[in-house]
Amino acid sequence: MSIADRSRLAGIAVIAFALICSASARAQDLIADLSSHRVDITTGFTGADLLLFGSVDDTGDIVVTVTGPKENITVRRKDRVAGIWMNTKSIQFTGAPNFYAVASSRPLEEIAPPEVLARQEIGADQLRLKVANGQDSRAREEVAEFRKALIRRKRAQGLYAQTPGDVTVIASKLFRTQVHFPATLATGIYTAVVYLIRDGRVVHAQTTPLVVEKVGIGAEVYTFAHTRSATYGLAAIIIAVVAGWLAAAVFRKV
Amino acid sequence: MYIYLPIAEMSVNVFLILGMGGAVGFLSGLFGVGGGFLMTPLLIFLGVPAPVAVSTGANQIVASSISGVIAHWRRGNLDFTMGFVLLAGGIVGSSLGVLIFKWLETLGQIDLVIKLCYVIFLGIIGGLMLLESVRTILQVRKSGARRRKLHEHNWMHGLPLKMRFRKSKLYISALLPLGIGCLVGILSAIMGVGGGFIMVPAMIYMLGMRTSMVVGTSLLQIIFVTANVTFLQAISTQTVDVVLAILLLIGAVFGAQFGSQLAVKLKGEQLRVLLALMVVSVCLKLAFDLVATPDDIYSIVVASGG
Repeated sequence: MSIADRSRLAGIAVIAFALICSASARAQDLIADLSSHRVDITTGFTGADLLLFGSVDDTGDIVVTVTGPKENITVRRKDRVAGIWMNTKSIQFTGAPNFYAVASSRPLEEIAPPEVLARQEIGADQLRLKVANGQDSRAREEVAEFRKALIRRKRAQGLYAQTPGDVTVIASKLFRTQVHFPATLATGIYTAVVYLIRDGRVVHAQTTPLVVEKVGIGAEVYTFAHTRSATYGLAAIIIAVVAGWLAAAVFRKV
Repeated sequence: MYIYLPIAEMSVNVFLILGMGGAVGFLSGLFGVGGGFLMTPLLIFLGVPAPVAVSTGANQIVASSISGVIAHWRRGNLDFTMGFVLLAGGIVGSSLGVLIFKWLETLGQIDLVIKLCYVIFLGIIGGLMLLESVRTILQVRKSGARRRKLHEHNWMHGLPLKMRFRKSKLYISALLPLGIGCLVGILSAIMGVGGGFIMVPAMIYMLGMRTSMVVGTSLLQIIFVTANVTFLQAISTQTVDVVLAILLLIGAVFGAQFGSQLAVKLKGEQLRVLLALMVVSVCLKLAFDLVATPDDIYSIVVASGG
């Protein structure tokens, strides 16, 4: 099933879902779901698009965040030393999500004040990145500069995305947004959170998990490499030897 | 057409990888260099993580070297005795190199050391080869086919432990190829390459071997060095990407055959000029990258899962 097919099916699902919601779920003000709760990294994986959709029974702005598994990231700075650019300073941050996307119905700064955004970690600039132990003596401006650099590099890699106005709201009731995952996606558990924000306050929030996993031959190769490393190494060498010998044999005939 | 690489964790264009493998394999068959010093930077440039590029490059070089060695062996351009003496030195050297690598890593700046190593060695070797081979070509043009001595005699011929290398028509001290093998082993462990681009000129200029004999013999030793690197990386860092290696080697094994066919048609000094030009241009590119202002002076790297 292609991505386009998936989106179409998801579109139908949105409508069906909305009908059910309006009939039975009056009590719930915010309901949201993803077109799929898993992203399979197959042999032909080039990235994925998921549709996040739902219905809201209240006025307000919709903000959607998708956060990937946390990792420790070292940010290094280069300086010119004797004419050569070399790494001089570095700071390690903990708790930086591998992937972070935020979409909203209006620009974030119009929706809520910075304190509210910071409390909920909405927006890449509001992520709570901690300086790793033993490095907390750094000057505040320096840390801020390295923090900005981390977010900038992540954006350049397509792993951090911020798209205001990307949440489409239909008749102040249905909303949908497309989340794009690049091909360099890490595996793990991701979390999608939908916020309903009114008058600068978060009124409702709903969390949906998402699993990113390798499947098929790729997953088997990865498991093989990590569980039986010595056999894997020998197999890699044997493949190379046979391929080299085969090529030489083929060319002899020609 | 795209394919997802399970260890590198990214998707790549199949035809781009096949083409890259073919081009590097061609050069490997032509010059007897493993091609690691071209392949590793190319893979990193594509976005493959550096450790995966180094380990997978080594795996692919095993294949192209075997293909090349068989082709050279059929033409009788292989000195097994010399190859195994070099290899003995190489094993000692690469073990030492791994220790040095670890020590440099604890000091930080390993990236810079690797790049500087490349610039210095490629620069010296490429420059010297270029000068020498251009001079030879000019001399041949001026004085016609003047018969030269097989090799010059100097202090190196006074060393003990003399050995006869029948194929290469040499009677020299075994310490020389052992030493060269050892030095190449150290450098290849630090720079993550087979070391052909250092060994080929060393064999030509220090041992006085014929260029045609050097290529096959160098490849013979590279097979074992890169197989060893592949195995060690697979068990210690799990960074050998078999899918990427297979794609690269499909291109490379064919490329190596065409390369070695062309190698017998070219004259020794022509071959050396071409290799020298290639080495010098890679050196200049790396030197430029060290001096040029980067797009972003900050870089990020995943420290560990957290």
